[in-house]
Amino acid sequence: MHLIQQILFLICAGVAIYIFSKSVVRIRRNINLGRDEDISDNKPQRWRNMVLLALGQKKMFKKPIPAFLHLAVYAGFIIINIEILEIFLDGILGKHRLFAPMLGMLYPFLIGFFEVLAVLVLVACLVFLIRRNVLHVRRLWMGELNGWPKTDANLILITEVILMTLFLTMNSCDLVLQSRNVEHYTVTNAFWITSHFTPIFSGLSSGTLVAIERSCWWLHILGVFAFLNYLPYSKHLHILLAFPNAYYGRLIPQGEMKNMPEIQNEVLYMMEPDKAPAADAAQEHKRFGAKDVQDLSWKNLLDAYSCTECGRCTASCPANMTGKLLSPRKIMMDTRDRMEAVGKNIDKNGTWQDDSKSLVHDYISVEELRACTSCQACVEACPVSINPLDIIMQLRRYLIMEESNAPQEWNLMSSNIENNMAPWKFSPDDRDAWVNA
Amino acid sequence: MSVAVRSMAEYAASGETPEVLFWVGCAGSFDQRAQRITRAFAQILNKVGVKFAILGKEEACTGDPARRSGNEFLFQMMAYNNIHTLNGYGVKKIVTACPHCFNILKNEYPALGGNYEVIHHTTFLQQLINEGRVRLKDGGAFKGKKITYHDSCYLGRGNNIYDAPREVLEAMDVELVEMKRCRTNGMCCGAGGAQMFKEEEKGTTRVNFERAEQALETGANIIAANCPFCTTMLTDGVKNKEQEDNVKVMDIAEMVAQSLAE
Ligand code: SF4
Ligand code: SF4
Repeated sequence: MHLIQQILFLICAGVAIYIFSKSVVRIRRNINLGRDEDISDNKPQRWRNMVLLALGQKKMFKKPIPAFLHLAVYAGFIIINIEILEIFLDGILGKHRLFAPMLGMLYPFLIGFFEVLAVLVLVACLVFLIRRNVLHVRRLWMGELNGWPKTDANLILITEVILMTLFLTMNSCDLVLQSRNVEHYTVTNAFWITSHFTPIFSGLSSGTLVAIERSCWWLHILGVFAFLNYLPYSKHLHILLAFPNAYYGRLIPQGEMKNMPEIQNEVLYMMEPDKAPAADAAQEHKRFGAKDVQDLSWKNLLDAYSCTECGRCTASCPANMTGKLLSPRKIMMDTRDRMEAVGKNIDKNGTWQDDSKSLVHDYISVEELRACTSCQACVEACPVSINPLDIIMQLRRYLIMEESNAPQEWNLMSSNIENNMAPWKFSPDDRDAWVNA
Repeated sequence: MSVAVRSMAEYAASGETPEVLFWVGCAGSFDQRAQRITRAFAQILNKVGVKFAILGKEEACTGDPARRSGNEFLFQMMAYNNIHTLNGYGVKKIVTACPHCFNILKNEYPALGGNYEVIHHTTFLQQLINEGRVRLKDGGAFKGKKITYHDSCYLGRGNNIYDAPREVLEAMDVELVEMKRCRTNGMCCGAGGAQMFKEEEKGTTRVNFERAEQALETGANIIAANCPFCTTMLTDGVKNKEQEDNVKVMDIAEMVAQSLAE
């Protein structure tokens, strides 16, 4: 019996890890669809940011209540994984509560602590479900989340609730079995939470209890394997990617826009032709700005995979607050959707085959892009160091420089700047007229 | 009333070097409302004896609205010419009364060969006050007045400058009341990203209307700003609520100019 369980467990674990590693390879490939960007400066600051922003969830604490609940789920998730380690080793070795004899008195204390966390996670997930589905907190109930995004969020919360219930049921049954000295059930001291639930189960026969305990154990660990392989298709990928994303986050002032050296050089060669390289050294034309995900940098694409769809960016976006179409969260979700569509296209055809679609126009409309005031509120708000503004600006550059797609007023503004050195139609000779006004 | 101002060319001709270059910017040069801010700031500098110069007719748009609308070519041309002018005069230190000019000169010109110490006028005023060069009247015009402060995006989030302007306000003994959205969470006035130069997209309201309402909610009589574009946007927003007789939008430099000790 034990041997069969052991073999089954090894097969499940092997399959789960294999499928997950395929996902990792796919995600890596998709992120690398983006252009190169060298982000290797200032390592100490980057490590600090990772600890503060990803591990410490610093930005979450701008909203204390969701921050606390989220911290409970997150701490629960991480710490209960230590328990998963035991479950995992038990599964491989065909043991039960492997760590109990090694840890002695500490063991029931630890498990008790896990149980407290499990209860916290359970409560937090229930509150989250209520906030989403009953209270309809605006940023969690906007139209752009209809369909999969809402299902995704609810699925994961319900899964967490189920996993925690299984964990607590398993321990309760275990305690009853221990008290009956059933073979294989290592005797430990009572666990803090589940010792109060034992009366619920004490009327059942030992055979039934073993069946329940074993089912919970199996469902729990299978649930964990399923969760692992669900992550790559979910906004919950941020559990993993928040860390690299915080590390590679921007260190320069938020107000600074990235330079385009290729255009800087073109202007230089125009002004000082003697500096221009010989004609044959001219490089192939790289598209100005970004039309599609391949034109963005890999960091933009890592951003898209890291997005938690929490909508903090959108809730602070002045354009969105005043009813414009623009939503920085949607920019990130569209970028991820497009990147995955491009990835699927490559998987299917071996190489990228033009599907006559692009991120601009087919996913993100010109109207959305136009509404951005470059206020950086979205960048500031994002708890996982995402920069929607950087993507918006690259798409705008493409629209203007490759499609000459600008509203009439901007064309006027540009020609004024070019001819009158100011965005309005004033004579440059009057530039110092204020002195005598 | 004219202000005594010398241009960089005049300084160069007389072989003198100014302490600082005052980058006036397009709004400060041409917009009638913003010209008042420019003059107020120049008057302060004159009054306390800061030797400053302007570029005058040689100044040109930094290229900020061009760059943020997506027109990198035009930005690079403007930047090339401006850097040529600035480096030609050997400019070391620049003060500007516009956070957009401040941000682009400070953060984006260095990559193109323009390296200067750039400082926003509110920080400059704070330093002058701290150094005792700017002396304010006891019981000045704004003492005890209820005033709210609007963080501009490019001074606040863009460059993390939140305290200097507030310290200047405090030096005038105002009663500072914060809006619900302030500092890192401050809301845009709606002008940035070249929005100033085009109609807003379709929506339920305008960004400046929304922000002005937030400012009016504080019950302040003066909305203090640090940017000529914010000043215009918020003034329009206050007018939209027909509160222009009760609530004034003022640049911090204008407030300081009215509070200088004799
Ligand atoms: S930078 Fe643009 S997208 Fe981001 S919050 Fe401001 S207006 Fe919205
Ligand atoms: S970009 Fe950041 S703030 Fe916006 S939804 Fe994604 S994770 Fe949340």
